[in-house]
Amino acid sequence: MTARRKARGRLPLVLLVPALLGLAFLMVPLAGLIIRAPWSTLPSQLLSPEVGEALRLSLVCASLATVICLVLGVPLAWVLARGEVRGRGVLRALVTVPLVLPPVVGGVALLLVLGRRGPIGQYLDSWFGISLPFTTAGVVLAEAFVAMPFLVISVEGALRAADPRYEEAAATLGASRWLTFRRVTLPSIAPGIVAGTVLCWARALGEFGATITFAGNFPGETTTMPLAVYLALEADPDAAIVLSMVLLIVSIVVLASLRDRWIRGVS
Amino acid sequence: MPNLRISTTLAAVALTLVACGSETPAGNDNATGAVNGPVTVFAAASLTESFTKLGQEFETANPGTKVTFNFAGSSALAQQINQGAPADVFASAAPANMKQVSDTGATSSEPVTFVRNRLEIAVPKGNPAGITGLVDFANAERKIALCDEKVPCGAAAKKVFEAAGVTAAPDTLEQDVKAALTKVRLGEVDAALVYRTDVKSAGGEVDGIAFPEADKAINDYPIATLSKAPNATTAGAFLQFVLSERGRAVLREAGFDTP
Repeated sequence: MTARRKARGRLPLVLLVPALLGLAFLMVPLAGLIIRAPWSTLPSQLLSPEVGEALRLSLVCASLATVICLVLGVPLAWVLARGEVRGRGVLRALVTVPLVLPPVVGGVALLLVLGRRGPIGQYLDSWFGISLPFTTAGVVLAEAFVAMPFLVISVEGALRAADPRYEEAAATLGASRWLTFRRVTLPSIAPGIVAGTVLCWARALGEFGATITFAGNFPGETTTMPLAVYLALEADPDAAIVLSMVLLIVSIVVLASLRDRWIRGVS
Repeated sequence: MPNLRISTTLAAVALTLVACGSETPAGNDNATGAVNGPVTVFAAASLTESFTKLGQEFETANPGTKVTFNFAGSSALAQQINQGAPADVFASAAPANMKQVSDTGATSSEPVTFVRNRLEIAVPKGNPAGITGLVDFANAERKIALCDEKVPCGAAAKKVFEAAGVTAAPDTLEQDVKAALTKVRLGEVDAALVYRTDVKSAGGEVDGIAFPEADKAINDYPIATLSKAPNATTAGAFLQFVLSERGRAVLREAGFDTP
């Protein structure tokens, strides 16, 4: 065991150099943010009502978006991993499209479909009086659209890695499919779901392009932290740095608080 | 007509040569003073259509020149120039952004106001919501897009609302004027405040409604050549072309006021 661990730790030098460069590439910009932060005015800027409002909205919207992703994404991942449907490969590719699509394109697509002149939006508007652009619900939808593939991919991977024999055993013992799913499948992929949820939530929290395109920007309703950062940069770069710091800290705190489950979930 | 255009340009060029002759840095590649080669123009996004046209005409009138544009928000352009971007000419949509550049000594000519722009109400074609004026912007029932106050069109909007004594009830504060215009084009909002030139650039897709308070927030657009210009002579010639009668005509056509 110890010999094996030792062998694992001896990285070829050829890999070590690019690995360190890669680490520096990811860390140096974040360090730059911390160095440039206006520490003297930081507390007062952090306590300003605008920051509090944007942060609260960001946390609420990212959490709601994550709930939507869980409710819709876990079953979708199950279909992709286990479902016997034709064209599953194509389906999987389609599900991952938002992952690589520029978020602003997602925002345009949402606006064209769900806007008040869109094929769905016009009926939402005329039948129910619901207009999604420029509302908090619009922010949640935009975030869910962009973040859901992250959850689906994680859960699907976990489902593929899970041993199907336990499910088969449960079935031979007379458990219904739904019972098997709830009592056997779900617990066995729990780490994968947690990892996917964290990724999904973090992605939703950082969402910018789709949000500003589809949901617009209005303080207290649709101005999330990333939008506030972008607009602050126009007029007051220091404020933008402060807001960026807040997002960075929130992200780190979330990842750290889930550390144990997160690490176990992915390794 | 083309002859006239060329002669106007030549006159402008001659003027520039006289004006710039002593200022041309000795070490410059183009110290001979020929209007030739590439010239890079950093221009406010609202100048996209008119400057593209002016650039083509300038190239035709001055064979051997190549005008390259970098269109973006004026504040972003000012930052790029101050970070050392290789630009020959800067045309800003706001004096404040020009000042950010000239304060560092990066302009080689005194900035000149070459056009003015004013706000107009943009409504979807046919004005389905029946917007009549600024008063409608106070109606919470209406879907309204404005620019965020942090960007110039939003600052101008704030001024006209103050002048009109109207408390606007916007549904969204867009990050730039084109984003506000897009929301009108798509019919997602009943009205937005944009520049008159934006209404024109949208062709027939949106209707514009002028209002008297627009006089209270007129945007000056300054233009200047830059001291680190890689091609100072051609930069000066382009600037003079923009200020020429022909240049002013193109800009007026786009909806700008020329001083």
